[in-house]
Amino acid sequence: MPRLKIDDLDKIADQQRRKMTVREGGGKAKITVHMGTCGIAAGARNIMSTFLKEIEAHNAHDVILTTSACAGLCSREPMATVELAGQAPVKYVDLTEEKAKKIFASHVLQGKLVQDYALSIGSERIQ
Amino acid sequence: MEELSLHILDIAENSVTAGAKNIEIKITENKETDLLKIEIIDDGKGMSEEEVNKALDPFFTSRTTRRVGLGLPILHQAAKLANGKMDIRSIVGKGTHVSATFQLSHIDLQPLGNMAETITALIASNPNIDVKYEYKRNKNKFVFNTREIKEKLADVNINTSGILSFVKQFITENTESLS
Repeated sequence: MPRLKIDDLDKIADQQRRKMTVREGGGKAKITVHMGTCGIAAGARNIMSTFLKEIEAHNAHDVILTTSACAGLCSREPMATVELAGQAPVKYVDLTEEKAKKIFASHVLQGKLVQDYALSIGSERIQ
Repeated sequence: MEELSLHILDIAENSVTAGAKNIEIKITENKETDLLKIEIIDDGKGMSEEEVNKALDPFFTSRTTRRVGLGLPILHQAAKLANGKMDIRSIVGKGTHVSATFQLSHIDLQPLGNMAETITALIASNPNIDVKYEYKRNKNKFVFNTREIKEKLADVNINTSGILSFVKQFITENTESLS
């Protein structure tokens, strides 16, 4: 198979454009992966990739994926915060790929919090 | 950190925190000189001479100076373990240039790891920052630049999942094939 070229992007961009027109409004959910030194060392990059894969697999283009720095709880990394529109953010700790998939399927897609993996509800930042 | 690409992600996250608009990551692998060189160059807010001097001190990790963490000291350690060294140059208001060298054949050299995943993670969370990634292996070179991607994309965001998958695969395929 010939390897990807930059021109192959045209087709993919077109596909994305079509998906985008179907999408309504802004983001439905926001996932923040904690990407400090501690998080990265504990496997945050893999968690990030897992969420990306899930977003693509479920065509969930209204889910925003972003990163933040260390939240001050390095021993519980990898961590991620899930925030549904209009709801308080939920912090998940000690993540693995499997846990991330479950959180995505349950909390992000269906709005059902995964209590077993959650640390707390709320944000470390004062808003 | 298990692989150098994770260190790179970590240092690049420092650049993000420092308000960089452009981040350049350069990796040079040369069998002839037996050298691996990693450079992370940003146009963030930079550090003063005093901060640069302290940046490699792991105990400088105070909560009030969040933009300096453990990241640089552990990369420094990884470099030293592989007979290499680290160099930080920075100008306040202009940016920072971090470079680390390693002996390519050293038994304690960490594997480079998954650079495609590092670049993708960086772009996914910072779509407005331009990332240039240059990977040079011996005489061959691969250059990836988000600017080029964004020009092609026009109205499509670079951090949509389909585009990120493309980026990941594009980098993987084009760097693996370099001899």
